[in-house]
Amino acid sequence: MKRRNFLEHVGWTGAGIVWTLGATGTLSAAGAQEDRGFSFVQISDSHIGFARPENPDVAGTLARAVAAINALPNQPAFVVHTGDITHLAKAEQFDAARSLLQSLKAPLLALPGEHDAIGSLKGYFASFGRKDAPDGWFSFDQNGIHFVSLVNVFDFELMGKLGRTQLDWLKGDLAAVPGSRPVVVFAHVPLYALYPTWGWTTEDGAEALQMLARFDHVTVLNGHIHQIIEHREGNIRFATAAATAYPQPAPGTAPKPGPLLVPADRLLSVLGYRTLELVPPSDLHSEDHPLA
Amino acid sequence: MIAALPAIALAALLPAAAIVHIKNFTYVPATIRVHAGDRVTFVNDDDEAHTATALDKSFDSDGLGTGDTYQHVFPKPGTYRYFCEMHPYMHGTIVVLPRSSQ
Repeated sequence: MKRRNFLEHVGWTGAGIVWTLGATGTLSAAGAQEDRGFSFVQISDSHIGFARPENPDVAGTLARAVAAINALPNQPAFVVHTGDITHLAKAEQFDAARSLLQSLKAPLLALPGEHDAIGSLKGYFASFGRKDAPDGWFSFDQNGIHFVSLVNVFDFELMGKLGRTQLDWLKGDLAAVPGSRPVVVFAHVPLYALYPTWGWTTEDGAEALQMLARFDHVTVLNGHIHQIIEHREGNIRFATAAATAYPQPAPGTAPKPGPLLVPADRLLSVLGYRTLELVPPSDLHSEDHPLA
Repeated sequence: MIAALPAIALAALLPAAAIVHIKNFTYVPATIRVHAGDRVTFVNDDDEAHTATALDKSFDSDGLGTGDTYQHVFPKPGTYRYFCEMHPYMHGTIVVLPRSSQ
């Protein structure tokens, strides 16, 4: 990663969360990274089944991400996949994705994206569902962090929404959490209006964000956009992850969203995964790692 | 020897067909008129995946990758609105007229 980018993102440290962007080497040189214990990894948008010039080998790039994560010296407590595991929600695509992701050393949490919800969420639930999350959403506490995993993909009844049922659940879930506890939220589609013209927003996301306003440290991690985008609203920090499959145009830079063709020798540099490390007591150190 | 049959006989044997292309996140044409028993083919010309899913769930293409097609025969007259499950702002309409109005 270029030093220019690293410097740009150092600017984020003021709010208490250390945000940096770059390869491990850069950060080690900057003295910002050492073994701090609890960490987790985010990957997103693998689109298994996609086979177009933008990435003719999405299985290969996901496998590359898995290998890189397995090689991390500080193994993450878990890996979260923030959705669009498959391209068309076909059974064989879920099977292939599960087989690739099973080789992760760390436990996996996988959210559905709208591509995993085509027709229904049946295929997703069969391959990646959790017994303790019959509707898909769930929360848990680990190392002093309250984690909330949401489902905001399109559904016939609830298009582009979290929906009343999930919002009511979220309200009840957060009610018992002290405001000083760091909260990390996973969702596929951004919860804020990243670029509504392209549908890059959650219709009732604002209601969820209101519930999160009283917490001192909130980090929302999402996918869907296939590029690294950081954003902040008050105490809430949003980070959109790179895909493992293919990039998309920056908001508004093309007539429509969709797979973006980059020169083959550049593809791995725009795909990646993200590590997040807890810097006690409540800071979260985020770092994006390109696949090459 | 189908080729030897008169054109009128062929028309009676084969359902009429219409094609809806999915291009640039739009159904083209957005509204088509066909007759009961006609077959409509949806072709995804986009790089992005789409569906053609009836609001009343009477038909559903499931996911269409680039170049994929889906066909549906509309047996009953009516107005069928459909959308893309992944991009719900994409909308199209199939108006199915009774056969007698042909």
